[in-house]
Amino acid sequence: MTDFKVPRPRFFTTARKGENYELQADLNSEYRDKRKDAIKKVIANMTVGKDVSGLFSDVLKNMQTEDLEQKKLVYLYLMNYAKSQPNLVILAVNTFVKDTDDSNPLIRALAIRTMGCLRVEQVVDYLCEPLRKCMRDENPYVRKTAAICVAKLYDLNPELAVENGFVALLQEMMSDSNSMVVANAVTALTEIDEASPDNRIFVINGSSLSKLLIALNECTEWGRIAILEALAEYKPIDSKEAEHIIERVSPQFQHANGSVVLAAIKVVVILMRHIRNEELEKSLVKRMAPPLVTLLASAPEVQYVALRNINLILQKRKDILQNEMRVFFCKYNDPPYVKLEKLDILIKLANSKNVDQLLSELKEYASEVDVDFVRKSVRAIGQCAVKIDEASERCINVLLDLINTKINYVVQEAIIVIKDIFRKYPHKYTTILPTLCKNLEVLDEPEAKASLIWIIGEYAESISNASELILSFLDTFRDENLQVQLQLVTSCVKLFLKKPTKENEGIVYRVLKVAAQECDNPDLRDRAYIYWRLLSTDPQAAKTVVLSEKPVISISNSTLSESLLEQLLNDIGSLASVYHKPPETFLGRGRFGADAIQRKAIEEQEESIRETPLQIQTQTNVENLLDIDFSSPATPTSSSAIPASTASPSVSSTTATSAGPIDDLLDLFSGTSVNSSSNGAGINTTQGQNGTRGNGMSNDDILGLF
Amino acid sequence: MASAIFILDLKGKVLISRNYRGDIPMSAVENFMPLVLEAEEEQQAPTPCFTHEGINYLYIRHNNLYCILWFEWLNCEIVGLDFLHNLLDVLALTKKNSNATTILLFLHKLTEVFTEYFKELEEESIRDNFVIIYELLDEMMDFGYPQTTETKILQEYITQESHKLEVQVRPPMAVTNAVSWRSEGIKYRKNEVFLDVIESVNLLVNANGNVLRSEILGAIKMKCYLSGMPELRLGLNDKVMFESTGRAARGKAIEMEDVKFHQCVRLSRFENDRTISFIPPDGEFELMSYRLNTQVKPLIWVEAAVESHTGSRVEYMIKAKAQFKRRSTANNVEINVPVPDDAAAPKFRSSVGSVQYAPEKSCLVWKIKQFQGGKEFIMRAHFSLPSVQSSEDQETKPPIAVKFEIPYFTVSGIQVRYLKIVEKSGYQALPWVRYITQNGDYQLRMPESIKTGNMAPI
Repeated sequence: MTDFKVPRPRFFTTARKGENYELQADLNSEYRDKRKDAIKKVIANMTVGKDVSGLFSDVLKNMQTEDLEQKKLVYLYLMNYAKSQPNLVILAVNTFVKDTDDSNPLIRALAIRTMGCLRVEQVVDYLCEPLRKCMRDENPYVRKTAAICVAKLYDLNPELAVENGFVALLQEMMSDSNSMVVANAVTALTEIDEASPDNRIFVINGSSLSKLLIALNECTEWGRIAILEALAEYKPIDSKEAEHIIERVSPQFQHANGSVVLAAIKVVVILMRHIRNEELEKSLVKRMAPPLVTLLASAPEVQYVALRNINLILQKRKDILQNEMRVFFCKYNDPPYVKLEKLDILIKLANSKNVDQLLSELKEYASEVDVDFVRKSVRAIGQCAVKIDEASERCINVLLDLINTKINYVVQEAIIVIKDIFRKYPHKYTTILPTLCKNLEVLDEPEAKASLIWIIGEYAESISNASELILSFLDTFRDENLQVQLQLVTSCVKLFLKKPTKENEGIVYRVLKVAAQECDNPDLRDRAYIYWRLLSTDPQAAKTVVLSEKPVISISNSTLSESLLEQLLNDIGSLASVYHKPPETFLGRGRFGADAIQRKAIEEQEESIRETPLQIQTQTNVENLLDIDFSSPATPTSSSAIPASTASPSVSSTTATSAGPIDDLLDLFSGTSVNSSSNGAGINTTQGQNGTRGNGMSNDDILGLF
Repeated sequence: MASAIFILDLKGKVLISRNYRGDIPMSAVENFMPLVLEAEEEQQAPTPCFTHEGINYLYIRHNNLYCILWFEWLNCEIVGLDFLHNLLDVLALTKKNSNATTILLFLHKLTEVFTEYFKELEEESIRDNFVIIYELLDEMMDFGYPQTTETKILQEYITQESHKLEVQVRPPMAVTNAVSWRSEGIKYRKNEVFLDVIESVNLLVNANGNVLRSEILGAIKMKCYLSGMPELRLGLNDKVMFESTGRAARGKAIEMEDVKFHQCVRLSRFENDRTISFIPPDGEFELMSYRLNTQVKPLIWVEAAVESHTGSRVEYMIKAKAQFKRRSTANNVEINVPVPDDAAAPKFRSSVGSVQYAPEKSCLVWKIKQFQGGKEFIMRAHFSLPSVQSSEDQETKPPIAVKFEIPYFTVSGIQVRYLKIVEKSGYQALPWVRYITQNGDYQLRMPESIKTGNMAPI
C-alpha cells in the first residue's frame, strides 16, 4: 500500500485578499509544479465553498497535460463550473474530444465520463461522435463508462439520444462479452426506460434473459443488483419460466453484499406470484428466511432497511420467520430506530407458543429509559393481549406489575392499553378495576385520562365509588382536553343509566348542561344534545342504545392495504419499502404540483391509519351498527359509527376505517364521530371550525325539553 | 440513484461533496442537520433515511474504529443525498424509486475504502487527501450508480504517487474482468495461503439467567500470497454437503444456517454441489461468513449479585465461569460490569486477575489474562455513592459485556478439511489454518439489585 504519511503542502489556507489574483498568476506560471499547486488550491477553495468560477479560463489552459492527476482536477473543476460559464466550456470541447482518442483507456473513459457530466446544452452536440466511438471501444473499461454516458445524454436531450441510435446501441451492448459492460448497459436502459414516456425502451426477451442470467454470476456486486432489478421487471411467460429464473437467482441469497441478497429476494417474491407449485412455494419461503435473518448482522442503517422490508414480507408470508422471534430481541446498544422496528416485528411474530418469552422481554424493555421505546413496549403488551386470547391474563398481570412501578408514563400507557384489552374481553378482568382507579390522580395525559374515564363509565356498576370518581373531574370540566370532555359526557350518561340515583342524575344534568351550553366545540355540543334528547325522550330507549354490547376489537397482522402491500413488495429494498409509502408520495413536486400535493395529503391520512397497530374493521353492514347482528363473534367487527358511545375519542391507538353506508348514517349525526373516531389530528380540525358553527344556536329550546 | 454525496462533520459542515446528477440544489444539504436535530428533539429516533420536500436523505454515521469508549461516536458523518428527480412523465415516476439498501451499503463501502486508503477517516485525513478523495468519488460512482469498490484494484490506478511515475497508469484489467477482484501477473517467490477461522459468539442473557439468544457468526478470512491465477477449492465439514454426496462424515459435521460468500466464490457451483470454488483476490480478504444458532453452554458465564444499601453504597459479587473444555484457555478475558455513574471510592477483592474502575464508561473492568476451561472465579466490589438519590429514578441499565479470545478452538466445531490450490504453472502452495473463537455481541443483563439494610463491609 502506498504510504500517505508524507508531509504535503497545505491547501486549505484562510482566505486572503486578492487570493484569486495570485492564483491566476500561478495558473499561468511557466513552471509545471507551480501551476499544478495552483490548481490544487483552486480545487481546495472550491471544496470549502469559495467561488473560484472567475478563474475558469485560466484553469482551462491547464487542461492539456500529460499529468493524469492534474487532468482529473481540471475536469473536476469543469464539471463544477461548466454551468456558470457555458460559453467558455466550448473551448474545452476540443481537448475532450482529443482525449477520447488517447491511447490510454483510462483517459478515454475519463473524458467521456466527464463530458457527460458537464450538463451544458452547447456541449451535447459535440458529445455524440466521441460517445459512439467509445461505445465501440476495444477496452471494456471505456465501453462500460460510455454505457452510463448514454443515460446522461438521455437525461439532457432524450430526442438526440434516440435519434442518434444510442439507445439501440445500448440494447446491443447487452450482448457484450464483458459482464460489467452488460451490467452498466442494463443500468442505463433501466434508467432511460423509467424516464421515457412510453416505457417500451427496455424490454427483456428470451435471448436477453439468458444473457442477463449468465452475466449475473460474473459481474461485480453492484452490477448484480442492476441485473436483478431488471429481472424483477420481467414478466415470465409461464410458471415454468418463473421457476427457472428463480432457480438461477436464488444462489445470490449467499452473496456477501446485503443489497444483492435483498434484490434477489425481491425477484423471488415477485416471481413467486406466477408459481402454481405449492411445495416449491413453501420451500422458497423457507429458504428466504435465513438470509433475511443474516441481514440483521449488518450495519445498523442496513439493519433498519432490512427490518422495514422484513415487516413487509411478514405481512405477505405470515409464517416465514415463525421460529426466529428471538433474533428480533433488542440489544442494549441497538440504535433507537432499530429497536422500534424490532418491536413492530416482535408483535407480528407473537403467537401462543412464544408469548411468554415475549412478555418477559417486553417487561424488560418497559423498564428502560428511552420513553418512546418504553411506551411502545407497553403498548405491545396490550397488543399481545388483544391478539392472543390465551395470553391475555398474563398480559394483564404484567401490566399490573408495570402500574405498580408508579413511573408516570408507564402507568399512563398501561391504562391506555388496558382499555383496549377491556374492549376485547368485556367483563373478564373487572377485578383489576380498583387498582386502575387508584391511579386516577397521577394521570395527566388526555389519552390516558380519557381511557380511564371510559373504563369507569363502562364498568360503573362494578365500581362502588364511580360517581365520586367522575365527580372529581367535573369542577375542571371546562379546562379538560376535548378528548377527556367527550369521554366524560359519555361516561356520565352510562353511569346514570346503570345507576339511576338522584346523585347521578345531578351529575349527568350538570355535565350535559356545561357541555351543551358553555362549550364551543361542535362535537362536544352535539354529543351532549344527542344524549340529552335521548334521555329526555325515552330513558328506556336510551339504555338500549347507550349500554348496548359492542363488538370486540381485533388486531390484524397487516397494517397495509392489500394493494399497497403488493405494490411495495415490487419495490423491496427501495425507499418506498422503507417508508411503506408508494413512491409517488415522496417524489419531488415540481412539474405536477397540485396533483402531487393532493396525493400527499391523501397519503398522510393513510399514514395516520397505518401507524396505528390496532384496527377496527368496520363492515359495510349497517345492521351491526344498530346492534342487531352479533351472532358472529368470530368476525371481529366494530362499529365506529355508533355516535360517540363506542368510538370513544380516547382511541387514538385504534382507528376505524369507515365504509360507504356508514357515512350516510354519520350525516344524520352531524358528523361528530368521524373525527372523534380517527385521531387527535381530526379533533383539532373540528376545534378549528368551532367559531363558524353552533354558536348562534339557541340553547334554551332544547334545555326546555329536559 | 444517488444524486450527490456529502461528507459532513458532526456539526453538519460539508467537508467534501460530489454532485453526480446535477438534479438537486446542493444547498439542500443545509437542511440535513436541522432536520436530524428536529427529529431528535421530538423524541423520534431519526431514521437513516428520511424524505423532505422531495429530497431523500440517506446517511450513515461513521464510527471511529480506534475509539475504545462505547458511546464515543464518530468523527464525521457521511451523507448520501438522493433525489428522485422529476421525470418527463408522471407515470414513470411511480417506478423511479431508488434502492435504499444499495445506497446505504455503498456509503459504508465508501468509508471502508477511505479507511483503507488513509488509515483513519476523520476531518484531518479528508482535508489532507481531498485530491485523492475526489478521484475515488469519481471512480467509485458514475451518475449515481456504484462502479468499482474494491480497494485493492482501485489502489492499482488511483495513487497519490501517480504523477511521479514516468509511465502513465492504465485501468487494470481487473476493473472489467470477469475476475474483477484480481489482477494478472502476480508473482510470489513462496506461495502461501493463511486461513483464519474466526467465530464470534453473540449472546443475550436476561436478568434471570436465561439465554435468550446464542448465535455464532463465523468468518473465514484468507491471506493469499499466490502467483498467477490460482483456482482454489475449500472443503469444510459441512453437513449438507456430506448428505448430498451421500458420504458419511468422519467426525462431526456442522450445519450452517446461512452462508455468505465473497464475490469471488461461484455461487451457482455452491448451490449445485456445495463446492466452494474460487479465484481469490490477492492479499487479505474475507472469503465467507456463516451463521448458526448454538445449543452449547455460554462459554464464559457471568453471574452478578448486587446489593445496594439505601443509596449510600453498593456491593457487587461477580462470579465468572469458563464453561468449555479444560484443555482450552480463554485469553484476555475482560468482564465489564456497569456501575452507577456517581460511584466512588472503589474497593475490589478478587482471587484472580486485576480489577479497575473505569468511571468514564461507568463500569468496572475485571481482566483475567488466562482463564482455563472449567475454572470459576469470584470477585467482589464495593462502591460508595456520594449523593443520596431517589431510588425510583429511571436509570439506564446497561448489560454486563464480556470480551475474550479462545485460540485453537471453534464453538461450532467447523473444520477446514482441505484447501486445494491449482495453478497452471503447477506450483506447490502451503495452506495454513488457524482457529479462534472470540466474543461478539456478548451481553448479560444485570439483575435487579437487592436493597437491604446494612451489611458488613468487605
